[in-house]
Amino acid sequence: MGCGRTGAAIAASLDGDGHQVTMLDINAGQFRRLPDAFGGLKAVGNGMDADVLERAGAREADAFVAVTQGDNRNFFASQLAHEVFGVKSVVCRVKDPERGEIFGHLGLQTYSPTSAGAEAILGMLSGSGPA
Amino acid sequence: MYVIIGGGGKVGYYLARELLEGDHEILVIERSAPRAAEINDLLEGTVLQGDACEAAVLDGAGIARADLVAAVTGDDEDNLVICEIARYRGVPRVLARVNNPTNALLFQKRGIETTVSATEAILAQIEQELPVTSMVPVMQLHQGLELVEVRLSETSPVVGRTPREVLLPPESLIALIVDSGGVPRVPGADTTLTVGDALVVVTRAESKGMLQEALIGGAHGFDT
Repeated sequence: MGCGRTGAAIAASLDGDGHQVTMLDINAGQFRRLPDAFGGLKAVGNGMDADVLERAGAREADAFVAVTQGDNRNFFASQLAHEVFGVKSVVCRVKDPERGEIFGHLGLQTYSPTSAGAEAILGMLSGSGPA
Repeated sequence: MYVIIGGGGKVGYYLARELLEGDHEILVIERSAPRAAEINDLLEGTVLQGDACEAAVLDGAGIARADLVAAVTGDDEDNLVICEIARYRGVPRVLARVNNPTNALLFQKRGIETTVSATEAILAQIEQELPVTSMVPVMQLHQGLELVEVRLSETSPVVGRTPREVLLPPESLIALIVDSGGVPRVPGADTTLTVGDALVVVTRAESKGMLQEALIGGAHGFDT
C-alpha cells in the first residue's frame, strides 16, 4: 500500500522474484513509478477501508506492507490487515521513531526510515561506513 | 476525573464545554495553532496546541494520570493511534469517535470497546422512521455486547408469545419493550408481544443474524 518510491521499489523487486504482488494506492497516477515490466495488479483505493483491502486480496495475502506518507494511515491499514484479515507478515513504515517503537509493541513489525537514516549517517561520519 | 480530549474540532470543543460544566479536569489537544488559540479562550485555558498522536505530546499532557482519553478527531486513523498510545501508557478508559462505521470492528479487535459513530446513530434514526420490520443498531456496549432495537410486524414469528417463550441466541435478552403507544415496559411473565412493539435487545455482534431470524423471521429487514 502506497506507490511512492519505496513502495514501487519493493513491489518491483518482489514481482521480479516471482511473487504475486498487488499495488494499492489512492492515486492511479502513482503507478507510473512501477517499471513497465511489472506483472502484478494495480488497485486504486483507500487502504484504510476494509472493503478495499478485501477486494485487493488481503484475505489471501501472505504479507502486507504499508509505506504511504502517513504514519497513522500505515498503522491503521496494517492493523486492519493483521487483525481483520489475519495477514501473517505485516510491515509498517513509521517515520516518527517514538511512535514506531510503541507500534512495535502492539503486534506489528515497524521500520523507521528516520532512525535508520540517522544511524547510517552517523556511521559514515565515524568512518565505519553505512550501518 | 482528568479527561484528555484528542481533537479540538466541533465534537472535541462541545465535549470539553460539557465536561467543564461537570467540574471535571480536562485538557483538549488540538493540532492546528489558530484553532487551538480560538478555543483556548472559550475553554478557560484548557487547550494544548500539539499533535495528540505523538507520545511526547501526550506525556507532556500528563497522560500517566489521565482517567479517560477521548479521541474525537475527524480521522479514524488518528483516533486509533491516540487510543493505542493512551492504552500503552496505562490509561484505564479510552474511547474513540469512529467516522466510518465499519471501522468500529478494528477498534474492538484492538480492545478499544467504546466507539461512537455519528453515521451509525443517524442511520439508526433514519431506519427507525421506516415502516418496515427491521433491526436497528442503538449502541455499542462493553465486552462486545450491543444494544439493538427490533420493531415487530404482523409477519414476526414472536407476535402473540411471551418473552420467555422466545428462543434467543446465547447472551441475548430483551431488556425493554416500548409499545406502539410509546409506553415502556419491562418484559414480564404476563407480557404478550404485540405488533408494533419495539423491543430493545442486548446481543452480541456475531449473534445479530440469529436474533434477526428469531424476532423478524426469514429474509426481512435490513442487513445490519
